[in-house]
Amino acid sequence: MAPDASVKTASAAAPVTATPRVGRLVRWDVIVTALLIVVFIGGALGTPDFATGDNLSFALDDLCEIALIALPMTLLVVVGEVDLSVASALGMSSALLGALWDAGWAIETIVPLLIVVGAVTGLVNGLLVTRLGLPSLAVTIGTLTLYRGLAYVVLGTKAVAEFPQNYADLATGTVPGTPIPYPFALFIVLAIITAVVLHATGAGRAMFAIGAQEEAAFFAGIRVKRIKLLLFVVSGVVSAFAGVIYTLRYGSARADNGLGLELAVIAAVLLGGVDFDGGRGTLGGVVAGVLLIGLLRNLLMLRDVATEIQSIVTGLLLIVSVLTPRIVAGVREARRHPRGSMSASSQ
Amino acid sequence: MLKRPMAAVALAAALALGAAACGGTTKNSSTDGGGNAATSGKKADPNAPLKQNLKIAFLPKQVNNPYETLVDNAGIAAAKGFYAQAKEVGPSDASASSQISYLNTLIQQKQDAILIAANDPNAVCGPLKQAMSRKIAVVTYDSDAAKECRDVFINQASSEEIGRSEIKVISDLLGGKGKIAIVSATANATNQNTWIKFMKDELKKPEYAGLQLVKVAYGDDDDQKSFQQTQGLLQAYPDLKGIIAPTTVGIAAAARYVSGSKYKGKVEVSGLGTPNQMRKFVKDGTVHKFELWNPGDLGYLASYAAAALASGQITGAQGEKFKAGKLGERTIGADGEVILGPPTVFDKNNIDSFHF
Repeated sequence: MAPDASVKTASAAAPVTATPRVGRLVRWDVIVTALLIVVFIGGALGTPDFATGDNLSFALDDLCEIALIALPMTLLVVVGEVDLSVASALGMSSALLGALWDAGWAIETIVPLLIVVGAVTGLVNGLLVTRLGLPSLAVTIGTLTLYRGLAYVVLGTKAVAEFPQNYADLATGTVPGTPIPYPFALFIVLAIITAVVLHATGAGRAMFAIGAQEEAAFFAGIRVKRIKLLLFVVSGVVSAFAGVIYTLRYGSARADNGLGLELAVIAAVLLGGVDFDGGRGTLGGVVAGVLLIGLLRNLLMLRDVATEIQSIVTGLLLIVSVLTPRIVAGVREARRHPRGSMSASSQ
Repeated sequence: MLKRPMAAVALAAALALGAAACGGTTKNSSTDGGGNAATSGKKADPNAPLKQNLKIAFLPKQVNNPYETLVDNAGIAAAKGFYAQAKEVGPSDASASSQISYLNTLIQQKQDAILIAANDPNAVCGPLKQAMSRKIAVVTYDSDAAKECRDVFINQASSEEIGRSEIKVISDLLGGKGKIAIVSATANATNQNTWIKFMKDELKKPEYAGLQLVKVAYGDDDDQKSFQQTQGLLQAYPDLKGIIAPTTVGIAAAARYVSGSKYKGKVEVSGLGTPNQMRKFVKDGTVHKFELWNPGDLGYLASYAAAALASGQITGAQGEKFKAGKLGERTIGADGEVILGPPTVFDKNNIDSFHF
């Protein structure tokens, strides 16, 4: 029993520093950031149309829903949960926007309403997970289907278009003087807020504690269920708002908008080095992960690389990102093993 | 303790409410300012020579769709004939949003012409307008985008003709009596929906009073889903007599299911398919008649139209003429449409003379 106990202490102690396990010198989020820089410089040197303001601006615009939803997703994965219903909540929001707009509602009334609907979708997920103690993977697979179904009930198979130009411009336009689209500027602001919450406040430390050892966190006085519930609500709200951006950006409200987007979001979060078991990860890593996926895809497209190869590249990158930290940790563990008790005290 | 996540929620809400302060924008109050035709001001010079080394890109609904591949390959081959560099790029799923990324890429690559089979007539509009404002010729083929978002649409056959002839074919096969169903592509597919509209209209005629359309199922242009939808239809309506699949993916899947089931010989499968795909089902008696235009000619015509636009021979206005190689001179019709011609009906007598 003794070795077992020492492993537990080690993993419970680790989250306090919130460092991925790759090591003190080489952390996975640093590797991803380095990779991002390599891709960017390589692209800028090798592909003339890549590092232009125009191209970067639409590459970022193309990413903004994934990027926005990745923020609450990071927090959820850190506390050991996941929300697979985000893309369906986005689709439902898009369908509602289309139906209400078509019925002559003002867009200024619809958007706050969608935010409330988004909060409710998150609340449903959160209550099922926290009050009934169901696993979030199962709950949100259920609501993934449910919300998508509701989207089809709301709008059927039709597509609503012709949204007001001034709002469409807001979704596709850039902040004057920069190549940064407005939705991506919103992402930057929210990313800073999320990073501060996660890495510089008690709430953030509480989230890491929950993800590492839920029971210990509970007995340390952390309101585990309340935090989880709140994170699901935030996830629903952000997804609903992303639905508005998506609809305006494409100028087409459809029930199938954003189909499959949840996988891109989770891929970005994992690529950013957040441990799927919870308790470890950095927001900086996720931001780098989102940008890496987006820019790499853009670069491959500009170079006319076939879609299949693009999927293969992204898939391999993801597997490497999940595998590398574990292999490195394994190697380190094996090296330490002969010295025995050192591992527990090395923290 | 959780003030800051609350702050994030508050911020999102504040942004929404901030927008609310601008006063109500409703469907009726907003004027569509985006519809300015980018073609205005251009002048056609019918005698301009075809430019050489034009960069032409085909963006199909999805890559690896056998039909789209036939169209695009023929278009690319045609482009070689007038010394253009042509290529095909596109998403692996038939969704509107993934086409947008490719459109933006093509704009960045400064193509001279973009040929697109639109997955959603409106979603692709923004980038297409952007392309036209940068003097990139935009040709839609197979599935149109909104009129103001392209210069020319190459229509495979008039939509009305296709829709109505589908009903005529199935009625002939069934002797004008029985329940029929449709296995379509995606629920939002522009061309399928237009054809289905004309099919429904044709069914109102007294000579088709014996035919009853019981359901329109959507196989999403996915082989397996179309197969399952066919299976579902036959379980739900055991007395179904005919299936119309106005999509090459759908008809092959429907025919494959029927040919391997107890319904073989009892249920007629018809619609739009390619001879190569349907040959074995025609030979084994599952399928008696189906239709299609020549997809190679469609790509060929689209390619020439794109070159004529990019060279300034035409601007997309009604009445303009251009030379389309072996297909001869073509005239642009109303709404910038160029029609390829009537569809060919294939049966066991003529199928062996077609190889595509």
